Amino acid sequence: MEDMIFYDRLQFAFTITFHYIFPQLTMGLSLMIVYFKWRYLRDKVEKYNDAAKFFMKIFAINFTMGVVTGIPMEFQFGTNWAKFSELTGGIIGQTLAMEGLFSFFLESSFLVLFIFGEKRLGQKLHFLTAFLVFVGSWASGWFILATNAWMQHPVGYEILENGKFVLNNFSELFTNPWLLPAFLHNQLASVVTSSFVVAAIGAFYILRDKNTEFGKLFLKTGVVFGLISSVLVAFPTGDWNAKNVVKYQPAAFAAMEGIFETEDAGAEIILIGQPNMIEKKLDNKIAVPNILSFLTYQEWDRQIAGMDQFKEEELPDNIPALYYSYHIMVGLGTIFIGLMVISAFFLWKKRLYGMKALLWAIMFMVPFPYIANLTGWYTAELGRQPYLVYGLLRTSEGVSPNVSSGNTLFTLLGFVALYMLLGLLFLVLVGKTIHQGPKFQTH
Amino acid sequence: MELFWFIIIALVLVVFFILDGYDFGAGIIHLFYAKKDKDKEVIAKSAGLYWDSNEVWLVAAGGLLFMAFPTFYASVFSGFYLPLILVLWLIIFRAIGLEFRSQFNFQMWKDIWDTSFGVSSLLLALFFGIALGNIVRGVNLGGFEDGSSIYEAHYFFLPLWDSSFSPLTTHPGVIDWFTLIIGFISVVTLAIHGANWIVLKTNSSINQKLKTIAVRLNGVLLLLTIVSLISWKTINPDSFNNFSEKPYLLIFPLLFIVGVVGTFFISKFKNDNSPLVFSTLIILGGITSSLASLFPVILPSTNSVHESLTIYNTSAAQYGLSVAMGWGIVGLILLLIYFIVQKRLMRGKVDTMDYGH
Repeated sequence: MEDMIFYDRLQFAFTITFHYIFPQLTMGLSLMIVYFKWRYLRDKVEKYNDAAKFFMKIFAINFTMGVVTGIPMEFQFGTNWAKFSELTGGIIGQTLAMEGLFSFFLESSFLVLFIFGEKRLGQKLHFLTAFLVFVGSWASGWFILATNAWMQHPVGYEILENGKFVLNNFSELFTNPWLLPAFLHNQLASVVTSSFVVAAIGAFYILRDKNTEFGKLFLKTGVVFGLISSVLVAFPTGDWNAKNVVKYQPAAFAAMEGIFETEDAGAEIILIGQPNMIEKKLDNKIAVPNILSFLTYQEWDRQIAGMDQFKEEELPDNIPALYYSYHIMVGLGTIFIGLMVISAFFLWKKRLYGMKALLWAIMFMVPFPYIANLTGWYTAELGRQPYLVYGLLRTSEGVSPNVSSGNTLFTLLGFVALYMLLGLLFLVLVGKTIHQGPKFQTH
Repeated sequence: MELFWFIIIALVLVVFFILDGYDFGAGIIHLFYAKKDKDKEVIAKSAGLYWDSNEVWLVAAGGLLFMAFPTFYASVFSGFYLPLILVLWLIIFRAIGLEFRSQFNFQMWKDIWDTSFGVSSLLLALFFGIALGNIVRGVNLGGFEDGSSIYEAHYFFLPLWDSSFSPLTTHPGVIDWFTLIIGFISVVTLAIHGANWIVLKTNSSINQKLKTIAVRLNGVLLLLTIVSLISWKTINPDSFNNFSEKPYLLIFPLLFIVGVVGTFFISKFKNDNSPLVFSTLIILGGITSSLASLFPVILPSTNSVHESLTIYNTSAAQYGLSVAMGWGIVGLILLLIYFIVQKRLMRGKVDTMDYGH
């Protein structure tokens, strides 16, 4: 039984991690494409239109990857988490179906119109298609976050005698206090990813001395979007989320911050340290006293519950992974702000395009916003453990009762192999598009 | 309310099979009949430009099924675990083939991905037919044997096959001779559909030949259909009762018959749209007749202890279903609008169209 849950969880974790490489770029990128297209409409300078079309090509590759890796996500609710689907499908099925019906279709249809329709539609309608692609992809995020918010903080439900969760208030799914902060934090984080990607392609073109005009445009746009989004992702939206966690999931909060023992005179903030689960303490700790209490409650000596306050079975089941995920996310987020502030400063001083070291740094930073986005999600999902529906339905109660661990391991291995191939395809396609550059016409 | 959602989901699924069906079919034709490079190129393109917007319908059907019939979703998806994951892999593999083939311009490369596109299309068509065969045949709900059940009444687990390959054992596998027949019907149907699609959307050099091929395949289809109906009647003597009790349901088999009859005359049609209309009717009629013969059952139980799954004992609660009806209708109207706009924009032959990326 333990094995069974382990492979089910691993397969979901693996497939969702791979899947989320793609939507996190497309959500942010769609906003930047709308910006480029809008600048073209306003200024009538051709390079903005080329930029919009170029990034829509990259968007389209990512969208396709998102589609083929997204279908398995939807299916796995039924295949591997049948009991969970049976018990909660009447509620989370609502938001998931709305995602398919309202946002996915919108995004997919208008993506096709954007790519094939510029001549037939004219520039204003072409801008509208870009805008609707953006609306579709952000609405997609909204519905998925609404689904996740319900699992993190269930609302609008009642539980029947047979254990089934039944919806009794539809609108509460969307007024869930967990939803808006999580949505804004997530969307801004995806803008961080796309800003770094756009800036890095810009830096690449400048360093290679090819497509330099576009290089400058991309770098400038990436840095401006990146500065704004990386600040907003930390404050206020990251802060709101942390406050939600401490309010609704105090056990998860203690675990992700690495507080083993409750300090009566205010909690310290951990900068570095490794959780030692045997002695229940942090090894090699570097911490600053009272900061966590201040950040959380704006009171220096406010008590925050440590893990000693919770029963073993209420605590997340993988505390080190949760702790590291959270600290990697926060650490990287801080580095992003630093890099973007420096870049923006030199952009303002009109020296950025000549600073090779900084351009290299921007270019090599590309994988890190992806890591930060994923570890952010790990924090949310590992913190939700040991529950699927927080406080109500345990993860062990949600798994398919009829699928053996041998079968799950088989499919997990298959997914790993297939996704390696898919990853390779993705890199070839994106690499080729970047290499061809914005002026390339497919004829 | 359950009936409303049953009809809507069936409709969305049928649309998925009609739309993605033509690009599966194109893959099958590509595998067996396309010989010249130029033909391979345009046939792959006639699928490559459309598959992803077609598969959006599968996502929609999955989401709606999850919302409206969660118990069915849980039961069927976990019970058919292996074939479903195989289908997912094939869908991904097929997409890799379609997107990869045009990336490098040398023959061996194209051959590899052409084959992967063709084979995965063929297997997908086969698996979708087998899936329908399983739904019609039913499964051993609860895993009942020797007076006791392994699972709760609405769960089951099927191996891919059992050594007898017979639908009549207590534990039939996913693949047995009956579901295989339905699988072949699906392959032949989609091949006809795909041939019609290629004739409509491309200027390939085999267009004329494909019309003859479609007619020949149509003969095979008719034969297989008769065989499947006889075997179905043998497996389950009550299988056609719904039609004698509610004769208006005969409209669905009628659609199928019109489709088959029409397809015999496709070489006489002037308009290349018309053959596609008839193969669409075959798909529509075939799926809806199967569902109508089972109704209100959606997964029959092969043992007498556990009751079959119906649209009533697997549905979500009433409040949720009626709220969803509100947004569902709005959503479906939007779908229809996007669909029409998109198809108008993408009309015409694909030979001269650009790839999006």
